[in-house]
Amino acid sequence: MPAKTRYELKLGMATREAFGRTLAEVGKKNKDVVVLDADLSKSTYTNFFQKDFPERFFECGIAESNMVAIAAGLAYAGKIPFCSSFSAFVINKGFEQLRVTVAYPNTNVKVVGTHSGISIGEDGPSQMSVEEIGLACSLPGFLVFSPCDEVSMAAIVRMATDHVGPVFIRAGRMKAAIIYQADQKFEIGKGIGLTDGKDVTIIATGLLVAEALKAAETLEGEGISARVIDIHTVKPLDREIIAKAARETGAIVVAEEHLVDGGLGVRVAQIVAETTPCLMEFVGLTGYAESGSPEELIDKYGLLARDVLTAVRKVLARKK
Amino acid sequence: MPQKKSLDELKALSKQIRREIIEMITAAKSGHPGGSLSAVEVVVALYFGVMKHDPANPKWADRDRFILSKGHAAPVLYSVLAECGYTPKESLNTLRKLGSIYQGHPDVRFIPTLDASTGSLGEGVSLAIGMALAAKLNGSPSRTYCMLGDGEVQEGQIWESAMYASFHKVDNIVVIVDHNGIQLDGWVKDIMGIEPLAEKWRAFGWHAISLDGNNMSEVLSAFEEAEAIKAKPTVLISTTLKGKGVSFMENNPKFHGQAPTADEAKLALQELQ
Ligand SMILES: Cc1ncc(C[n+]2csc(CCOP(=O)(O)OP(=O)(O)O)c2C)c(N)n1
Repeated sequence: MPAKTRYELKLGMATREAFGRTLAEVGKKNKDVVVLDADLSKSTYTNFFQKDFPERFFECGIAESNMVAIAAGLAYAGKIPFCSSFSAFVINKGFEQLRVTVAYPNTNVKVVGTHSGISIGEDGPSQMSVEEIGLACSLPGFLVFSPCDEVSMAAIVRMATDHVGPVFIRAGRMKAAIIYQADQKFEIGKGIGLTDGKDVTIIATGLLVAEALKAAETLEGEGISARVIDIHTVKPLDREIIAKAARETGAIVVAEEHLVDGGLGVRVAQIVAETTPCLMEFVGLTGYAESGSPEELIDKYGLLARDVLTAVRKVLARKK
Repeated sequence: MPQKKSLDELKALSKQIRREIIEMITAAKSGHPGGSLSAVEVVVALYFGVMKHDPANPKWADRDRFILSKGHAAPVLYSVLAECGYTPKESLNTLRKLGSIYQGHPDVRFIPTLDASTGSLGEGVSLAIGMALAAKLNGSPSRTYCMLGDGEVQEGQIWESAMYASFHKVDNIVVIVDHNGIQLDGWVKDIMGIEPLAEKWRAFGWHAISLDGNNMSEVLSAFEEAEAIKAKPTVLISTTLKGKGVSFMENNPKFHGQAPTADEAKLALQELQ
């Protein structure tokens, strides 16, 4: 684990933008990479790839399920398709196709859902993807990634390209705090310990990683040492790092911008139950949100460092 | 029921609704002006000339229903609902703000008198069929109207519902395609062309009427014709201008999903005087 305890958390680009930029780079090196979008290329940032490689870009119109199955066809024929839309549309409208044309035959399709979670703001719940981790993880054979910043997103897009098999990546709309140095190494299925700690572990993904780090800093001031782990790969989940955290800290809080039902938390709980049962609390959503600014929504729906702290205090109180 | 308005009154009201759309979206600093402005005449005609409904009795079982399947055009619907008296006018400018009943997309949790929550494209005709089938079961004269975007008809579900409605003779629905030629990433003809649109619906067994959807008298007569059609569903291919009424928004893909700046809004409101 790194010795680092302080994170500057400077705002970087949105993970969707890091996705779009990396995709264009990847496309330069690998001519098999093709990209599909469903009338949202300016929002998903696949337009960078489109500009550089128009002949390898397929605009599918507002027809997400068709897009997913076309991607599967391209994959059957040896291409490496990335198909992208708002996560809410590609994962939900495309689910049957993800199941039967991607997961089941294990085709080499990469799905990137942008505008994940409630931090998309004003558009409201119809465009907010809050079930995607549950849905994507339920598909056998899929790798499911949930990067927290531009650095991890760039690495994950590259790893996804090299990996042979289905991949789902979630990306956010808002600018995200930079957690990692440019030279950070990432490995599929390996969580990253961001702070050392012995009293409690905070396991977080996506936007909640930065909130977890802020919470840990506050706790440190109170003499409580919190271990923060970033789970950038939700599936396969890092059993080792979770079991170790359960064993060494005896209390775990999981924090995510997703419904608690079917989210990262229940998947962590499964591993905890199978390895070293310990006390747990969960920070996440319990229902659909509403329109509002991203900041207001994150506040109202309890996805701030404050809410992580509340959960930590609760789990520590139970520990006594 | 709101009193039916004369043609001139409907035209004047359309202008007022356009101003309110600009004001709401400007205050929200986000939203979809283009597809709200293109749809004004149709939505105004429906609520003030065509549909049977009663703001004093919003849950009247036999009322006609309206589903804005292209839910991102919510501002046009909100402005018209407020004009009818279903919802408060003074809070229109809270659009998209936390706690507002005027959510980014129509949301029955916040406005129970809305006929459906929408926002994910492609689903409205199916919902309309369900409501129309229920009306038939109940022996109700209720008719259901549903507005689609022209980009929206790229969704496969639209054609599943189109096939169902004609096969099952669901003649108490009317679909309006707001045919403004532009979707999100650009022009429909460049992204995935949908022509010949009226012929497609006819091939699916629908009675199709082509009209200038920004011309109020054409809109009214199209709805009149639709009402007389029995044993098949009717679709209005309503050709409109995206951004209609504001010169710099008209036919401008940029204003699909972008709010005007304060200066642009000022100009727009001047043009809409
Ligand atoms: C299923 C689905 N996919 C994508 C979107 C994102 N989206 C919102 S509006 C829009 C373009 C709609 O174009 P059109 O139907 O022509 O509507 P209009 O031009 O009348 O605004 C898109 C792609 C969505 N709301 N739902």
